Amino acid sequence: MPSPSPLGGQFASLWRLRRYARPYRAKMTVMLFVALGSTLIGVGVPLLTSSIINGPLASGDRAALWLLGLYALLFGLAEAALILTRRLTLASSVLGIERDLRDDLYEHIQHLDVGFHDSWQSGQLVSRMTSDISSIRRFFGFALIFLVVNGVTFLSVGILLIVIDPLLGGIVVLFGIPLSLVIFRYEKIYRRNIRAVQDQQGEVATDIEESALGIRAIKSFGRRDLFFARYDAKAIRLRTLQLRQIRTLAQIWALIIAQPQTVLALITLFGVAAVAAGHLSLGTLVAFVALYQMLVWPIESSGWLLAASQEANTAAERIFEVLDVEPTIREPAPTKVPQGSGRLVFENVGFSYPGSDAPLLTGINLALEPGETVAVVGPTGCGKTTLTALVPRLYDVTEGRILIDGVDVRELSLAELRSRVACAFEDPTLFSASVRENLVLGRPDADEEQVAEALRVAQAGFVRDLPWGLDTRVGEQGMSLSGGQRQRLALARAVLGRPSMLVLDDPLSALDIHTESLVEQALRSVLAETTGLVVAHRPSTVLLADRVVVLGPAENGGTTVVAQGTHHELLETESVYRDLLSQSSDLAELAEEAVR
Amino acid sequence: MTTTVDTVPESSEEEPRQSLDDWRGVAAEEKDEVSAKGGIFLRARSRRLLAELLRPHKRGLLLATVLIVVVTCFEMCAPYLVSIGIDDGMPAVKHGDWTTIALVAAGIGGSALVGSLLRLKFLTLAGRMGQDMLLELRRKVFTQFQRLPIAFHEKYTSGRVISRLTNDLDALNDLINSSLDGLVSALLNVVVIGTLLAVLDPMLSIIVLVCLPALLALMAWYTRGSRVAYRLQRETVAAVIVQFVETLNGIRAVQSFRRERRNRDIFSKLNQDNVNANSKAMMMFGWFMPGIVAVGGVATAAVLVFGGLQVMDHTLKIGLLTAYILYLRKFFDPMQDLAVFYTSYQSATAALEKLSGVLEEQPAVPEPAEPKQLAQPVRGRVELDGVVFAYPKRDKDEEARVILPDLDLDIAAGQTVALVGATGAGKSTLARLMCRFYDPTEGAVRLDGLDLRDLSDRDLRRAVIMVTQENFLFSGSVADNIRFGKPDATDEEVEQAARAIGAHEFIEKLPQGFATDVKKRGGRLSAGQRQLVAFARAFLADPAVLILDEATSSLDVPSERLVQRALRTILADRTALIIAHRLSTVEIADRVLVMDAGRIVEDGAPDALVAGAVDGQGDAPSRFAALHEAWRESLV
Repeated sequence: MPSPSPLGGQFASLWRLRRYARPYRAKMTVMLFVALGSTLIGVGVPLLTSSIINGPLASGDRAALWLLGLYALLFGLAEAALILTRRLTLASSVLGIERDLRDDLYEHIQHLDVGFHDSWQSGQLVSRMTSDISSIRRFFGFALIFLVVNGVTFLSVGILLIVIDPLLGGIVVLFGIPLSLVIFRYEKIYRRNIRAVQDQQGEVATDIEESALGIRAIKSFGRRDLFFARYDAKAIRLRTLQLRQIRTLAQIWALIIAQPQTVLALITLFGVAAVAAGHLSLGTLVAFVALYQMLVWPIESSGWLLAASQEANTAAERIFEVLDVEPTIREPAPTKVPQGSGRLVFENVGFSYPGSDAPLLTGINLALEPGETVAVVGPTGCGKTTLTALVPRLYDVTEGRILIDGVDVRELSLAELRSRVACAFEDPTLFSASVRENLVLGRPDADEEQVAEALRVAQAGFVRDLPWGLDTRVGEQGMSLSGGQRQRLALARAVLGRPSMLVLDDPLSALDIHTESLVEQALRSVLAETTGLVVAHRPSTVLLADRVVVLGPAENGGTTVVAQGTHHELLETESVYRDLLSQSSDLAELAEEAVR
Repeated sequence: MTTTVDTVPESSEEEPRQSLDDWRGVAAEEKDEVSAKGGIFLRARSRRLLAELLRPHKRGLLLATVLIVVVTCFEMCAPYLVSIGIDDGMPAVKHGDWTTIALVAAGIGGSALVGSLLRLKFLTLAGRMGQDMLLELRRKVFTQFQRLPIAFHEKYTSGRVISRLTNDLDALNDLINSSLDGLVSALLNVVVIGTLLAVLDPMLSIIVLVCLPALLALMAWYTRGSRVAYRLQRETVAAVIVQFVETLNGIRAVQSFRRERRNRDIFSKLNQDNVNANSKAMMMFGWFMPGIVAVGGVATAAVLVFGGLQVMDHTLKIGLLTAYILYLRKFFDPMQDLAVFYTSYQSATAALEKLSGVLEEQPAVPEPAEPKQLAQPVRGRVELDGVVFAYPKRDKDEEARVILPDLDLDIAAGQTVALVGATGAGKSTLARLMCRFYDPTEGAVRLDGLDLRDLSDRDLRRAVIMVTQENFLFSGSVADNIRFGKPDATDEEVEQAARAIGAHEFIEKLPQGFATDVKKRGGRLSAGQRQLVAFARAFLADPAVLILDEATSSLDVPSERLVQRALRTILADRTALIIAHRLSTVEIADRVLVMDAGRIVEDGAPDALVAGAVDGQGDAPSRFAALHEAWRESLV
């Protein structure tokens, strides 16, 4: 296949994209040859013109003139046919490259661990997904083909010109040298500029995303101006960077455009002199000038082509920054399949966020027997949510291990693990899809009966009253549901198909009292057969559990288990626990009374 | 052209939509565009926007046009000078006279120098104007999105907002950056060289003229088809972005429910739709461009033959024919550039259509033209007078969904009112009306006797603030997020606010205290901590009316206790409306309202309601008493 010669490290990222072009190499080769063919025809027309001037016109041969005219016509039509072929091939190949790259990037990002997503702004990812991939498409469709074609044209026409007249041809080739030096110098500056522009576009996209997602907060505080100012500063910076890029490009262009005309002046001067001296025929000079015109476009466009290549290269660089990130949470090989009914053990588990040396969780030892439900209670921000995220391996423990039926979760295949462990998070995410799609997210094979049961447990029967029942689209692009409704749907999703292990993070916070007690009742029956880990903020939720684990500060920093027991035991013995779960001092007394 | 343009996009939009519906589910608002009407209207709309953007640059545009005309002239004189050199200079050189040829060479070289300097000037000028226009457009669209009411955003979705402000603006940027100067010089080339050709040899020019209708027909065909294709392209790329953003935002759910495979299929489908739309546009261009080249080829061959015949008849000089053919090439080459420009123009107008649609969307909750001034200090009396609220009908057959049939309510300044009731009773709607996220369908909401619709956004937002359970934290430090409530607050004030609400304790334990970066959407903090920051933010804003819609639901008990304690002082001198499922919040209320099906069914002091003494109901226990009982039970 045609390949950009690996010009040292400069186009390294583009070179790495070659595997995306590989499936289309036949088509790209066709495009290349067709483009070369068009160029040859372009060369042919002036030659034909000169042969008409030197031949029939000089001799007055009308029949020959008609014949040559027919050739000219055929040349023109052939050129059109070649362009047609190239354009149609282009559509089916570069769009394929774009699609494959975009699919791959999406797939890769989906599999990157939550830690990656915590640290990357989505605006930066969106701009890679859109603008950068478009730059790459443009490169494969045009810049790459024409870099090669123009190179070939330059070489062949250059040689042809030298053959026709060594002196004039020499001038043409010689004047190419300063041009390439200038371009080379500007390339580096341009490259820096373009990267800055692309990064800034990501910054702007990030602001746009925040302001779109946070529109309620912005509105209710009337902070439109603040956000506009923030956005505007970034937009102005983008404009400045873009202007800098435009200026550099304009300078390259101006230099490049001046070159061919200067050379033309010299050719005219020396050419006329040569004809006058009888070294050259008039027809040859005309042909020479016409041929030289063929070089003007390759020279003029070289600036644009190199700019496009540079842009595509930095775009590829930005895309590889993402594609090169290895998911820290990986599929193990070989995988083990635990045999058992769902014993969950935390063995000396510790966790600290990447880049932080202070542990968040430390020395957590906890065993959940099959069918047992344990509530996790602890002060705000102590790491309860993180603890739950460790089970389905949204994060990996940094110390110790988590075992399911004796097998480390890191030795289970991710699909196996995540189908055993169903979760409902504090933030109930619904996708813009039908209610049914949202429900069966983890279990596409769930039948009608299971769906009905899940809806019953989560008291989410309201979905049947939606305009299109279970087919109603919910989520951001559909019906807007209240916080409580979303939470119930998320809960229904988690309990669907009775998973062997349930991890619930404060699953009832947004429900009203009445609904909450109904959900609790139903949930109890589910939890009776399921190993459950429930983060609880309130007594009512705690009562779902057989046993309560209290998290608190460890001696050497971080959070660890400070007490365990039943709700009632802990209320009696642990003042920390009383403090965590009783509404106010007088209500604490009330609770204590209830215990007695 | 007019009638087909009106109907074609509709039918071609339907196809990909339908096939997505199996997983998407059904929603009422299938229309992508805001106020989409006919095709002609759209074009007028985007033309208006374009004119508006260009207006401040009149002088610059004029200068740029002059520059590019001069540049083009300089560039175009080269072939003519060459022909002079051959026809006049050469005979002179043969006689030893080098003046003509030297002048010709100097002319070509000089024009190259001046031309390129002027082009540099032109490129920077045009670049600046383009970027200025783009910046202006970015500002306009961003501001407009911020102005449009919540109801609009609920329908339009953040993914599409992002798509409009990134991808659609990119399309315009492409047009401005790469093609604008191409357009002007190509257009000039065509016009000037066309004229030159006519002057050089009128007879030969008739041949060229014959080709024009063919070119125009080609253009008309392409215009019609490509507009549809590009419109489709903009919509499909928006769908790709929406799916992408949604996946990013829901990545935890995606991974823990193993949605990756299904997502990949959905994304591939959307991606393929976009590729198909692109492909259609490119295919059309694939026929359009060689069409132009073919016409050019025919014309050149014809000129060669007929010109040649004239030369044989000695009615035409060889030099002139040579120049004519050189110019002819220059006449048709820029036609290809024009075609390229036309394509990015089509793509950009499709984007412009979407953007102008957003810009023309009238905010359903508009700011008053002449706002009335609230008397300072704002006291905080809130009245709802005969308020009816119904969601607009989604289609003709549907009955309007009435949420609040008829509501009268008078909240005295400084009163703390608790609002309770089952899900769907209309509590949140009432709250949203009070802070003017929506306007009532009938009746009025008044603050200190002034209709909210008569207040400027600035005054209203300073006076009324709502905190919900979905508190949004922006990336930045904890202090930045609290300062959101009052942008000019000092560090002390920020800290005081945090202290008042009981948030300083956890904040000080963070690695960098108040300067700790909360990360994307506050991901560094727990849900409860985010809620505390949101409270501190509202406290710092110091509004006369504070609305809490389920604002304490994600707090754990100790934090709630802190907030509860703080609320007693915070709410002392301001009006408050508290919606809470957990009645602990209600205990601090002066007055409790119980809502059912959009009506207030009980109204009284909490103690009185708990005691069951509801006016006119005798001994029957009030609903509130029942709720209260249930809540107390839930505590143990």
